[in-house]
Amino acid sequence: MLKLKMPLTLKDLRPLKHGAEVLLSGTIYAMRDAAHKRMLAEKKLPLDLRGQIIYYMGPTPARPGKVSGSCGPTTSARMDKYTPQIIEKTGIISIIGKGARGAEVKAAMKGKVVYFIAYSGLGALIAKCIRKSEMVCYPYLGAEAVYKLEVENLPLIVAQGLDGKGEIK
Amino acid sequence: MRKLKSVLITKAVREMCITAAHKLPCDMLCAVKKAAAKESGVSARILKLCLENAAIAEKEMIPLCQDTGVAVVFAEIGHDLFIEGDIAAAIEEGVRRGYQDGYLRKSIVSDPLFERKNTKDNTPPVIHYSFAKGDKLKLTVMLKGGGSENNSKINMFAPSATIEEIEDFALKTVAAAGSKSCPPLIVGIGVGGNFEGCALLAKKALGREIGSVNKDKRYAALEKRLLQKVNALKIGPQGLGGKTTALAVFIEFAPCHMASLPVAVNLGCHSNRHIGRIL
Repeated sequence: MLKLKMPLTLKDLRPLKHGAEVLLSGTIYAMRDAAHKRMLAEKKLPLDLRGQIIYYMGPTPARPGKVSGSCGPTTSARMDKYTPQIIEKTGIISIIGKGARGAEVKAAMKGKVVYFIAYSGLGALIAKCIRKSEMVCYPYLGAEAVYKLEVENLPLIVAQGLDGKGEIK
Repeated sequence: MRKLKSVLITKAVREMCITAAHKLPCDMLCAVKKAAAKESGVSARILKLCLENAAIAEKEMIPLCQDTGVAVVFAEIGHDLFIEGDIAAAIEEGVRRGYQDGYLRKSIVSDPLFERKNTKDNTPPVIHYSFAKGDKLKLTVMLKGGGSENNSKINMFAPSATIEEIEDFALKTVAAAGSKSCPPLIVGIGVGGNFEGCALLAKKALGREIGSVNKDKRYAALEKRLLQKVNALKIGPQGLGGKTTALAVFIEFAPCHMASLPVAVNLGCHSNRHIGRIL
């Protein structure tokens, strides 16, 4: 299986085609609905996400002595309304989520963003790939805050490559 | 009349929330194992990962899924039972302690439309009361995730609707959910009652044990046929294809108005978490 390590560039992501399985290591940012909404309302972004990967996820609290709680992907389609603007505003190069995206988002991602899916409903298994987890933005949102994660060999599947090709159910 | 102290209800609900979040019910485990044996390639591998996830969750006390849901509590109260104290407050306190002490995610927001502020303790739960013979309290706790709930649907059919039209509605609901509801699914269908009644029947259907057969032969046959048709959609585990889109289809039914034929389809994910206890 192909191993990828952050930081990555669009050039590194270009060979990835729909259906390819990869193991991702390095820094990613977890954020979901409420953080998307707030970020789009900000004049100045509270985080520099250029060249970064965002992961649609809101974890359970970590038990004492554990790095992370359960942390599988949430439904990407709920972010569809925000995604084209988020891509423009942040300069992210990849998104990790769960499930199909709308036509407008698929078009907005083409050439700019690789869309991966992570194993849905397998939050305990994915927690084993988290080396570090830190709340970095909007702490008052609790599970919907932005988390900076260090991951090691996070298993992902390419849903849509930079070529814009790829359908998932 | 038997007496039951409400603190015992709080204690039970607390434990049930924590157990349900970490321990996949036996019927679900067995069904996933059986499905994995029938699959090949990527779908077989994913189902094996579901089993591995369940093993890690139980051993390391990391919730099966990060969405530890809204707590749905069914309380069946015996006629000859006297509860000392406030049952609603006792259940709510059990949920509060379970989610705090169990390190479960707090996913409930106060107002749905305006501030959407997290209540920080996962309360209030959704509680359904009913009454039965005897002097016991039967509690069922379901932790219902948003991904599967969001793709659930209700349709008020006219009585002229054919069984095929109702099957088609259920199939379209599953197809539209795709991988968003985390297949392999449990499909709970409520037929009859009224608008809110059919939804409750569908929810109750999700609590049935896999392998259980509907008491009514006609509905049992419909469950079987629908399961075959759902699996013929080939959405498969994670939506990546395969024979297993659902592990079970359960139908609950009730009398309804002569002008109506309400049908609700409530989807349950591959971590269909429910637990029962009798006090």
